[in-house]
Amino acid sequence: MKATLSNFFRQMRSYPSAVVGSIIILFLIFMAIYAMIAIPYSDAIRLWRGADSVWMETPRNAAPAWFNWFYREKQPESIIMRTTDDPNYKQVVDLGGGVATTDFVFEFDYQYDGFPTEMTMFFDAKFVASRPNVALKWITPDGREIPLADLSVRASENYSISQDTRVTRRLGGLSPEKGLFADPANPNKVLKGTYQLVGEGLVFEEGSSVDASMVIYGKLHGLAGTDHRRRDITIALLWGTPVALAFGLVAAVGSSIATMFLGAASVWFGGWIDWLIRRVNEVVMILPLLPILIMIGLFYSRSIWVILGIVILLGIFGSGILSYRAMFLQVKESGYIDAARAYGAGSGRIIFRYMIPKIIPTLIPGFVTQVPSFVFLEATLALLGLGDPVLPTWGKLLNDAQTNGALLNGHFYWVLEPAFLLMLAGFGFAMLGFALDRIFNPRLRGI
Amino acid sequence: MQNIETAQGQSAAMRKRKLSSLNRVFKYVLVRGLTLLVTVTIGVYLAILIANGGGYVDEMRKGQIREQVSIQMAGDPENAFLTLQERRTLEESLVNTQIQQLGLDRPFAIRSFEYLWNGLTLDLGRADYLLSDSGSRQVRAILGERLGPTLLLMATGQLLLFFSSLALGLSLSRRYGSTLDKLIVALAPTSSAPAWFYGMFLILIFAAVLGWLPFGGMVSAPPPETTWLRALSTLKHMILPVTALLVSSLFVSAYSRRTFFLIYSSEDYVEMAKAKGLSDREIERRYVLRPTLPTIITSFMLTIIGLWTGAIVFESVFNWPGIGRLTQQAINMFDTPVIVATTVIYAYLLAITIFLLDIIYALVDPRVKIGGGGTRS
Repeated sequence: MKATLSNFFRQMRSYPSAVVGSIIILFLIFMAIYAMIAIPYSDAIRLWRGADSVWMETPRNAAPAWFNWFYREKQPESIIMRTTDDPNYKQVVDLGGGVATTDFVFEFDYQYDGFPTEMTMFFDAKFVASRPNVALKWITPDGREIPLADLSVRASENYSISQDTRVTRRLGGLSPEKGLFADPANPNKVLKGTYQLVGEGLVFEEGSSVDASMVIYGKLHGLAGTDHRRRDITIALLWGTPVALAFGLVAAVGSSIATMFLGAASVWFGGWIDWLIRRVNEVVMILPLLPILIMIGLFYSRSIWVILGIVILLGIFGSGILSYRAMFLQVKESGYIDAARAYGAGSGRIIFRYMIPKIIPTLIPGFVTQVPSFVFLEATLALLGLGDPVLPTWGKLLNDAQTNGALLNGHFYWVLEPAFLLMLAGFGFAMLGFALDRIFNPRLRGI
Repeated sequence: MQNIETAQGQSAAMRKRKLSSLNRVFKYVLVRGLTLLVTVTIGVYLAILIANGGGYVDEMRKGQIREQVSIQMAGDPENAFLTLQERRTLEESLVNTQIQQLGLDRPFAIRSFEYLWNGLTLDLGRADYLLSDSGSRQVRAILGERLGPTLLLMATGQLLLFFSSLALGLSLSRRYGSTLDKLIVALAPTSSAPAWFYGMFLILIFAAVLGWLPFGGMVSAPPPETTWLRALSTLKHMILPVTALLVSSLFVSAYSRRTFFLIYSSEDYVEMAKAKGLSDREIERRYVLRPTLPTIITSFMLTIIGLWTGAIVFESVFNWPGIGRLTQQAINMFDTPVIVATTVIYAYLLAITIFLLDIIYALVDPRVKIGGGGTRS
């Protein structure tokens, strides 16, 4: 046994595609395990649903951060500064009688060539009756001071600088996220240097306080960028891996093993069992898989596990049964089956001990090559808008990208990232499967 | 004298055998056709059972009727004078008439067979939301409009695929071990991705980045005036989808054809033919291509079945106005009759595909003609 295994691995090594395929599959398995450990299931779902405004501080449709390595013009990443993180941003001077000034100074160096996409201030205030006041102004590197707004801050207040039309008017028609950063000599260029956003606040009660955070949304974010709902695509890319692997492997293994048993039973028992199995196979061949899955998805459940069950059920009686039948028909005629029958072996024993082991070598490459088609089936369903309602998957990313015109709008990363992983999974299993096919089928060896 | 007699007897026997083999082919095709008809009936019935899932769809349709009636009543000024009670009874009676009209009050077991008959005779009812280009609500009209483009695209792609993979496979088996051969073998795993996947890449490269070819659709908008220009525009729109179909299946098809040819060309009778001094072309045609044809047709059939079902996403990606795209629109609008109808149409298309291939099979497989039972391998 040990010798056969080591022999098998030596053969594997002589096929480069088997080696590459195995490495890809191992990489994906590693990624899946990492995803499940780093982001627990419940977290992944919560983050992907985007409840509790978890994605308030990430930019919309931002490209991956590593894009900057390839372009001479550097695009900004988000700049986030919070008084709660660094007390130095905030200075409180008590004026007595409950009145206190609270001044914020957010100072940052802006050395990018591109403009940011949005600018927002978030305030958190504690008070009983009278709201704190904050006056905001903007100081550019060349010393210009631009007043932004006077705010009376509620318990939780968002002030979107980039949507403030008064600021736009003050900047001569330029949108704030551009005008505030533009070089006065050339409004299409960024003036690089140290900017300041200054807030002069007043609180009017004992124990009242105000905290602020400034978010300047960039054009780049993280390892994989963000989507139209500001969600970090990395989460779906990571979590799509275990989902895709589980779906592909379970569907392929489940349907091919069951198909094999049915094929064996069909050949061994013959008669009405064979007749019935072949007729069911004919009906299933006529049933269009995808429309049936679409109907199931629409009328019953979109859960990926229900879909998986149906896929296996239809796959069992699918076209594979014909090829297994053909193989078992040959096996049935072998001498050792007659020998087994002669010593009085029962049907179960002959099927399980003699017929199926003979076929297993062809089964393994078969289901390895089948995995990609199921991985892509999940993506196909998701692309039609029938993806699992809660789980983030590669297909759902593609669907979001497709429905939001990612290709038309030039957000190529949004399509390419999940597509790359799908391709990796597809090619990995296909390459391994093709090589295994040649190892296990001596007829193909050397061809 | 005797010689002539035997010759005559032989030719008569040959004629007789030819007639009986034609008979057998005819009988085989007939049996297959009938079997497929039964199969389609069962398939469509299953589709109807799934579609109606425990009366859920009926409930939905009843809800729709109720909503429509209440909107109609709200818009009718005469109803303003009725009391609330009167309005209720009127609404109830209107809803009931509608339900009776549509036959929704009968038990599902009876209706399901009616649906089955309607489905089989392609009386597919009326769409809830979708309209055909000519403005008709009839599902049959909508599907009829969409069938043409789907057939055009798929037939073009599949025929190109079949012949190019056959030719490529043959030439590779001739040049076994060459760089091209190694390249195709290495590229075979790329076929694990479906056509729409490559379509997306092709759109990205040739439409979004280079801008050479259109993003999708079938004719440019506004459509050109003359028929000639319109055909040309359609052709231009077909380049990317057809390429995607070819890229997704060509390599693996060529690879498997080549492998079959190589296995079969190592048979003894091929060696024998070589020894007889037949030309390579003759050997290929008579001793390699001929015995592999049934297997090739089977695998081609499976490819086509795969392509048919893949068409839904494929057409959506390319915005091709066929049945697949229609299915997606119906999904988005939750147009139940259209979804059920497309399922039925796909079942029919699959059955017709299998039937056509069965006929071809009967013609090329000698076992059917001799009567040795045409078991497909």
